[in-house]
Amino acid sequence: MTGRLSPRFTTPLLALLVLGLFLLPWIAGRYPVYLAMQILILAVFSLGFNLLFGYTGLLSFGQAGFFAVGAYGSAKILLAVPNLILGIAGGVAAAGVAAFLLGILSVRHTRIYFSMLTLAFGMMIYSLAWKWRDFTGGDDGLVGVPRAPIDIPGLLSISVAAQDRYYYVVLVLSLLAIAAMYRLVRSPLGLTLQAIRDSEIRTEFAGVPVRKYRLVAFTIAGVYAGLAGALLAPLENTVTPPIAHWTMSAEPVLATLIGGIHTFGGPIVGAFLFFVIKDIIVRYTEYWLIWFGVIVVALVMGFPSGIMSIFAQRPK
Amino acid sequence: MTETIAFQGLIGLSLAMYLWLISAGLTIIFGVLRILNFAHGSLFMVGAYLAYTFYGQMGLPFGVAILLSLLGTGLLGFVMERGFLSRIYKVDEAYQLLLTFGFILILDDAVKIIWGGVFKIPPIPAFLEGAWPMFGKSFPVYNVFVIAVGLAVAVVLWAVFEKTWWGRIVRATASDREMANAIGVNVPRVFSGVFVLGAMLAALGGAIGIPVRVVAPGIGTAMIIQAFIITVIGGLGNLKGAFLSSLIVGVLSAYGTLFFPVFELFFIFAIMAVVLLVRPQGLFAR
Repeated sequence: MTGRLSPRFTTPLLALLVLGLFLLPWIAGRYPVYLAMQILILAVFSLGFNLLFGYTGLLSFGQAGFFAVGAYGSAKILLAVPNLILGIAGGVAAAGVAAFLLGILSVRHTRIYFSMLTLAFGMMIYSLAWKWRDFTGGDDGLVGVPRAPIDIPGLLSISVAAQDRYYYVVLVLSLLAIAAMYRLVRSPLGLTLQAIRDSEIRTEFAGVPVRKYRLVAFTIAGVYAGLAGALLAPLENTVTPPIAHWTMSAEPVLATLIGGIHTFGGPIVGAFLFFVIKDIIVRYTEYWLIWFGVIVVALVMGFPSGIMSIFAQRPK
Repeated sequence: MTETIAFQGLIGLSLAMYLWLISAGLTIIFGVLRILNFAHGSLFMVGAYLAYTFYGQMGLPFGVAILLSLLGTGLLGFVMERGFLSRIYKVDEAYQLLLTFGFILILDDAVKIIWGGVFKIPPIPAFLEGAWPMFGKSFPVYNVFVIAVGLAVAVVLWAVFEKTWWGRIVRATASDREMANAIGVNVPRVFSGVFVLGAMLAALGGAIGIPVRVVAPGIGTAMIIQAFIITVIGGLGNLKGAFLSSLIVGVLSAYGTLFFPVFELFFIFAIMAVVLLVRPQGLFAR
């Protein structure tokens, strides 16, 4: 994860961090637990984004669309059937299908044209969320989304309505998603994606169906965005159109950029820094975005590989 | 009914002119610098706020206020290009996009800090007040003014790029910057000049809109999305295409709000996506 540090040092550190996360509701109050959930959700969202950007070289401005599909999907299901498993799985599946279908079209382009195309698709989803009143509730959104119990009929039913309990749902699913992504980027699939990023032509000549691999990356990124959205809906109890807007697509972009795009842990660290920095700034001023603007400009001008690149080996 | 259609077409035409002014700047910057300036809508917004300050708050004549707004926004564009963008031309284009995105965050909040979050509409200058009867309705004189400004800019831009020495140098730089550099063109200076011109065009669009459109912090991000749609439909970097697609989108959205107001936004983005997929070089490429 952090190239130069040896696993002998990082493994206990990570174990300690995970242990701390599991103990968090006992050692911290309501607000830090809430903040931790927001961080985990953004970390999942950003990891998916960075699979596309950092690993595959595709800058998407439409990820908020899939985030919204996941959030609206899980909200609609939870409002109809109060079962958290169905809600979250349904939201993730909806986002995955949407990402697959729009991905078939999106991966026909790369570079700026890809960014523009994903922007257009994301904004189409946004306008549906906003205008398709019967299904999405229009600008009122969907309200009263329950934190329904984890329910397997005849087997078990666990209530997660309390914030501390829901925290464990978010924590476990996020850690699973992070672990899966960690395996993925080291698998032949992940290495192929990086090869495509570094040289599309060379990879193509090696017999790799480049477009198909890009589609896989796009779909997985959509699934991660969908999972993040599906976890957010029961947390906030409401879903509103702004979560689909392109400015929302900027959050994973900011987190990933702050943390660093060429390291696996970059988006996770970035998600943490994003909320911590924001939390500190809003104590002094309501204008926190300007400071993120300054950070983005400074990072792009100074070291475009992100803060985590201090620890990592320089990309060749 | 036909009268309503004709009248709505005129409304669409004046709407198209704001779109044209902002897309023209976006297009020439992309055409020459190969940078998609995400912050172009923010320049539109800054132009509107500066014009509001000089005209609405300080009470200067409307024309003078617009001129000062152009100068101020041009200066801002100069700082953006010389101070920041010019230093990362060699980096991957994704970082250039991200840098201009950082500018959006800074400018949008800076505007709120300086002018507050409340929206503002200064009065229409006296000599542009009133309306002319057209198609059985009354068409505001101000809209005629906006259409005239937009068309005038189109003619001037065409003349500059096609007929002048500077225009030829810019076109040469756009088609091959290394060759232009080799034959003695000062490429960095051309880049600065083009970026400043683009910023001023955006500011002009923002400035002439102040008495009839809202001056508010969100107008930049709203406009940049529309400008993206237009430049994509017209073809990235294609100035004539930007003009024609401004007309199409302006008139279509005027009819859109008339006939199918609910899904107007959806259809416009769908058109953008279809053009990107079927004809990424734009509808008007030769």
